[in-house]
Amino acid sequence: MIEVGAAIPERTFTINRGLLKAYADASGDQNPIHQNEEFALSVGLPNVIAHGMLTMALVGKFVTDWAGGSAKVTHYGARFIKPVIVPVDTDVDLTVSATISAVDENSVTIDLTATSAGVKVLGMAKAVIKK
Amino acid sequence: MLNPDSVGRTFEGANSITVTQSEIDAFAAVIGESDTTVAPPTFSIRISLEQSQSILSDPSIGLDWTRVVHGDQKFEIFSPIKGGDTFSCSSTIESYRVAAGNEIVTVRSDLKSGSAIALSSWSTLVVRA
Repeated sequence: MIEVGAAIPERTFTINRGLLKAYADASGDQNPIHQNEEFALSVGLPNVIAHGMLTMALVGKFVTDWAGGSAKVTHYGARFIKPVIVPVDTDVDLTVSATISAVDENSVTIDLTATSAGVKVLGMAKAVIKK
Repeated sequence: MLNPDSVGRTFEGANSITVTQSEIDAFAAVIGESDTTVAPPTFSIRISLEQSQSILSDPSIGLDWTRVVHGDQKFEIFSPIKGGDTFSCSSTIESYRVAAGNEIVTVRSDLKSGSAIALSSWSTLVVRA
């Protein structure tokens, strides 16, 4: 049911170093903090971290699958509150769920939750979908 | 530090960027999206971050891009991007403040098709002290 308070079932994506390399190539964001552990540590990070925009792209996939296609999304925003940490040779989770927060004649607004290793990585994540 | 005169100003970027279907396909493939009739909602970051970087790194504006981390991101999509679309780009420095030595800059990037805005996005960038 499309009604305020309804939950959209949780889904888990897998992030690993291979995906970070693929996203770097597809997005053009080759910042070494997303690929080079030595560099990441040298700038004070705990390890290589995922691109915030990769996290947002995967959460976006959750949104567009539920919405019925990329063309349905008119607004999408999030704050990056904690990094997704991606150690070498490790699959880490990105677990996404959502709740419908507003419904009007033309659109549905959903509030998104995204965690990795139990830590909330996005804040104030929201999407508006055309009906 | 950012030149305070640049706050509130709009800077013109590339005046003709054409999105190819293969760029959309490659971006979509990373997130497991097989329907690429329109681009995924965050695809435009590929254009807007590069445009913002080239504009804001200009010595007359003075943002130190090597110290930038992404604080938040928002998209308003008026018309979904398709392969073959051509856009002109502009970036507006909407707000700027310094907190605990970090510079916090919000930049709006517009992709225009003719005079119509197809997509606006807002990136809050934190330049770490």
